[in-house]
Amino acid sequence: MTVVNFYALIGGGLFCLGLYTLIIQAHLLRKIMALNIMGSGVFMILVALAKRIGGNTPDPVPHAMVITGIVVAVSATALALVLMLKLVATSGRTELPDTELKE
Amino acid sequence: METIIVIQWALDVLLGLSLFYLAWLALTSEDLFRAIVLFVSFGLLLTLVWIRLDAPDIALAEAAIGAGLTGALLLAGLAKLQIDTREESSGHQTSATQQTTIKKFFKPLSVIAVMLLAILLGYSVLSLPTESAGLLPPVNAELVNSGVTNPVTAVLLNFRGYDTLLEMVVLLVALLAVWSFDARHSTVIANSSPVLGIMTRILVPVLIVVTAYLLWVGAAAPGGAFQAGSVLGAAGVLLMLTGWSLKSSLAGFPLKLALVIGNITFILVALTTAFSGTYSLQYPPAQAGLIILIIETAATISIGVTLAALFLGAQPNNKDKQ
Amino acid sequence: MATLIDYLSLILLVFGAIFFLAGTLGLLRFPDVYTRLHALTKADNVGLGLIVFGLAIQYQSWAIAGKLVLIWLLVLLASASVSHLVARAALRRDVPPWRR
Repeated sequence: MTVVNFYALIGGGLFCLGLYTLIIQAHLLRKIMALNIMGSGVFMILVALAKRIGGNTPDPVPHAMVITGIVVAVSATALALVLMLKLVATSGRTELPDTELKE
Repeated sequence: METIIVIQWALDVLLGLSLFYLAWLALTSEDLFRAIVLFVSFGLLLTLVWIRLDAPDIALAEAAIGAGLTGALLLAGLAKLQIDTREESSGHQTSATQQTTIKKFFKPLSVIAVMLLAILLGYSVLSLPTESAGLLPPVNAELVNSGVTNPVTAVLLNFRGYDTLLEMVVLLVALLAVWSFDARHSTVIANSSPVLGIMTRILVPVLIVVTAYLLWVGAAAPGGAFQAGSVLGAAGVLLMLTGWSLKSSLAGFPLKLALVIGNITFILVALTTAFSGTYSLQYPPAQAGLIILIIETAATISIGVTLAALFLGAQPNNKDKQ
Repeated sequence: MATLIDYLSLILLVFGAIFFLAGTLGLLRFPDVYTRLHALTKADNVGLGLIVFGLAIQYQSWAIAGKLVLIWLLVLLASASVSHLVARAALRRDVPPWRR
C-alpha cells in the first residue's frame, strides 16, 4: 500500500461518511457540513492520484481542479446557508418539509 | 533511510485516521457549535494532508477558504438560526440540536448501500496504475510559453483558463442568488470588544500587503489569485466582525464594479484573443505573463469582495427592502 | 553529515515540540475554560517561537528568517486577542471559574 493509495482510500472513506450523514441526518446545517466533507473527500482522492508520478512535482492539473473546487464549494455553502435560513423563517422547522423524525 | 520511511508512514497514518475520526465526530456530535468547531479543525488537518501530498497551493486555499471562511460562514449561519428558532414561540419546537433520522427502515438499507459504495470506490482506486505521468509532461513542455513558472498557476490561468473564467462566474452567480433573497438580518454584531478592534486595525493592513504578495509571487512560487483573494475576503470578514459596514456612497456602483471587474477583465481578454488571429484565451507567449498578471489582479479584487459579501449575507444598505 | 547548525535546529525544534506538548496537556487536564486558555496560549506561543527560530537558522537568509518571524508575530497577536475574546465570551455566558 503506497502513500497515494492510503490517502485515496481515506478520501473515499470521507466521501462515504459524508454521504451516509447526508442521508441519515435531518437537520439542514448538518447536511451542509456533510456536503462539505464529501467535497473534501473527493479533493483528497484527486490530489492523491496526482502524486502518482515518481519524482518531486506532482501533476498540476488536478491541483488546479481542486483549487477551483474549494472556491465553488464555499460559494455553494454560502448559498445553501441562506436557503436554510429562509426555510426556517418561512416554515419554522430546521428540516426539509417532508421529513418524519424518529426520536 | 528506513527510519525516515517508518516515521513518514506513522505521520501519514496518524493524519489520515485523525482526519477520519474528526469528520466522524463533527458529523455526529449533539451540539452544533461543537460540530462546527470540529469541522474547522478538520479543515486545518486537511491543510496538513495537502502539504504531505506536495500541494502547497491547495494548502493555502484550504487554510484560508476551506477551514477559515467556511467555518465563519457556518458559525454565522448557526447564530442566525438560533435567533430565528428562538423567535418562533409556538408550533413545532425544534431545538438546534435535533438528530436523526428519516424513516425507520432506511437506516440499515443506507448503511448497506454506503458500505457497498465504499468497497466499490476502494476497489476502483486501488486498481488504478501506480505510476502514471498524468498531464505533467505536456504542462512542462509548454511551461516556457505560458508566461509563469509555477505550473499550477499556468494551468489555472493559461492552459485551463476557461474553467477559471466559469468558476468566477459561478462565484458571482452565487452572490446574486444570495442577494436575491429577502434577508431579514445580515450578520448582526453584538458586544464588539475593543481588543478585537485593535487586532483588526493591525491585521487588516498586514492582510492587504499579504494579498499583494501572494498575488505577485504566484507566478513563481505557491500563491496566485485565489489564495490572495481569499486573504482579502478574510480581511473583509474581520472588518465586518468589528461592526464596520460599507459606506452607503460606496455600496452602490463601486461595490458592484469591484464585484464584476474580475469577470469583465477575463471576458475582455477572451474576446480580444478571439478576434486577433489565435483561439480565444490563447495568450501570445511574449505577453502571457503580463496578461496573467492583469487577470489575476482583477480576479483577486473580485474574489475578495465576493467572499466578504457572501459572509455578509444580505445586500448592504438595501433601502427598498426594509 | 550534520553540522552544528543542524544540531542547534534539532534542539530548538525538540524544545518547541515539548512546549506544544505541555500546552496540549494543559488543554486536556485543566478544569475550566480560563485555565485552559492560559496554558494553551502561553505554551503554544513559546513553542512556535522556538520552532520558528529553529527553522530560521537553517537557511542563513535574512529574508526567509524575517518572514518566519513575521509569522510568529502575527500568531502572537492573533492568539492573544482570540484568547481574550474567548474568555470574554465565556464570562458573558456565566461560565464559572474553577475554584478549589
